Amino acid sequence: MGAQRSAYPTPKRWQCAAGKGVLPMKIGVLALQGDFREHRISLEKLGADVTEVRLPQHLDGLSGLIIPGGESTAIGKLMTAYDLLEPLRAFGQAHAIWGTCAGAILLAKNVGRDQPLLGLMDMEIERNAFGRQIDSFEIEINVPFIANPEQLYHLTFIRGPIVRRVWGEARAVLTLPDGRIIAARQGKLFATSFHPELTNDLRFHQFFLELAKSESTG
Amino acid sequence: MEEQVSGFAVKKGLAEMLKGGVIMDVVTPDQAKIAEDAGAVAVMALERVPADIRADGGIARMSDPELVLKIMEAVSIPVMAKCRIGHFVEAQILESLGVDYIDESEVLTPADEAYHINKHGFKVPFVCGCRNLGEALRRIGEGAAMMRTKGEPGTGDVVEAVRHARSVYGDIRHLMSLPEEEVMTFAKNIQAPYELCMQVRELGKLPVVNFAAGGIATPADAALMMQLGVDGIFVGSGIFKSGDPSKRAQAIVKATTHYNEPAVLAEVSRNLGEAMVGRSAVSLPDAEKMAVRGW
Repeated sequence: MGAQRSAYPTPKRWQCAAGKGVLPMKIGVLALQGDFREHRISLEKLGADVTEVRLPQHLDGLSGLIIPGGESTAIGKLMTAYDLLEPLRAFGQAHAIWGTCAGAILLAKNVGRDQPLLGLMDMEIERNAFGRQIDSFEIEINVPFIANPEQLYHLTFIRGPIVRRVWGEARAVLTLPDGRIIAARQGKLFATSFHPELTNDLRFHQFFLELAKSESTG
Repeated sequence: MEEQVSGFAVKKGLAEMLKGGVIMDVVTPDQAKIAEDAGAVAVMALERVPADIRADGGIARMSDPELVLKIMEAVSIPVMAKCRIGHFVEAQILESLGVDYIDESEVLTPADEAYHINKHGFKVPFVCGCRNLGEALRRIGEGAAMMRTKGEPGTGDVVEAVRHARSVYGDIRHLMSLPEEEVMTFAKNIQAPYELCMQVRELGKLPVVNFAAGGIATPADAALMMQLGVDGIFVGSGIFKSGDPSKRAQAIVKATTHYNEPAVLAEVSRNLGEAMVGRSAVSLPDAEKMAVRGW
């Protein structure tokens, strides 16, 4: 195949990432578009063995998958073009998937407009629910289900969606102080409307690795 | 609980979400829809694409706010718009419209021949052009949250985009090899802030996302720029000045994702119809070169 991307040397923070801590779990990051590299860096800091997923065969042997932030319309379009929709739906029946922002949108059953979705989670999402880019914001809140819950977590919302409604097997697991839902879980499927990959705080990625490791689907 | 609106992390964060994607110039709401349907991650709303700005001559200014608003209504993806270099009032107007990113752009006629906009004072993030590392770090020092290598807009000739990307990444590789005591003189020589040089040396990359722009006309051009190390692609005249814009737009989107897969690139490059006619960048008289605008 073609030459490797050559322009700059591997950043130092990548080099020291592997080999620390727990089991070397194989986790995929959907790399069609968006901030997949930031997820990769976070996962590697936790010792995971990370694969970039661009085609269906890249899913083989993975224990979990992250769908990153990006533009959900562009990612959906590329999923369709490269026959990833069905393989991803099948993967999500048995494995952990975490979607951040655009990834959360793609996991939903309904987003109120016509665009390709995986439709794996019983939830309805509203895109750009806080407004345009000038309405993007950061906030610090306590997250009860991650490590050291008493320590505030810095959430970054960028043209972020909110979860309008959950039903069936899906549960709202995190809300803003005004009650709007910003994270939901359905078994091993997990959706957040914010971007833990843009922080240096690895607690959400740790939570996801534990979810991917767990046997249960509930 | 503390809520902080549009800090630098949030401004830079939107560009992080655009990575691996294609941002397309559009001049009508219909073109914006075609771009969105083709998988563009954002559109640049403007009255004339660079090739037409070149052909028409005269002064190129910020687009009519009415047009920008109509394009914002037409699509769900982010909408960017251009203001002239140094024209901070055009930037204020675009911010008040609620555009998602402002491009302080050399494609328009500069309004100030010495100073760029102080971009720290705005809530809306800015993208700016660069030809080399010094120019990139001066713009970031002024508050730009995203960069793009300039290339030579409206030509369909990728050579200047390649030159600028090689220059930026070559300078970064050189900087990373320097012992700390040589960084100050390096910063002086490239006319960049010292602290940002130290940051680049530590990170091994620019502190913000960097796309390629200016002259990209084919899927192979887009993949070439991606393999050279840019984070994503701007296509200006290359799409809507070609024979089959929708097909070409989709092909460039696919090539930007699968930039390292020659078989995919071969597949998407087939039967695209006429590329934009283009104009060799070296044949341009100095007065018509856009990339040299910027200080």
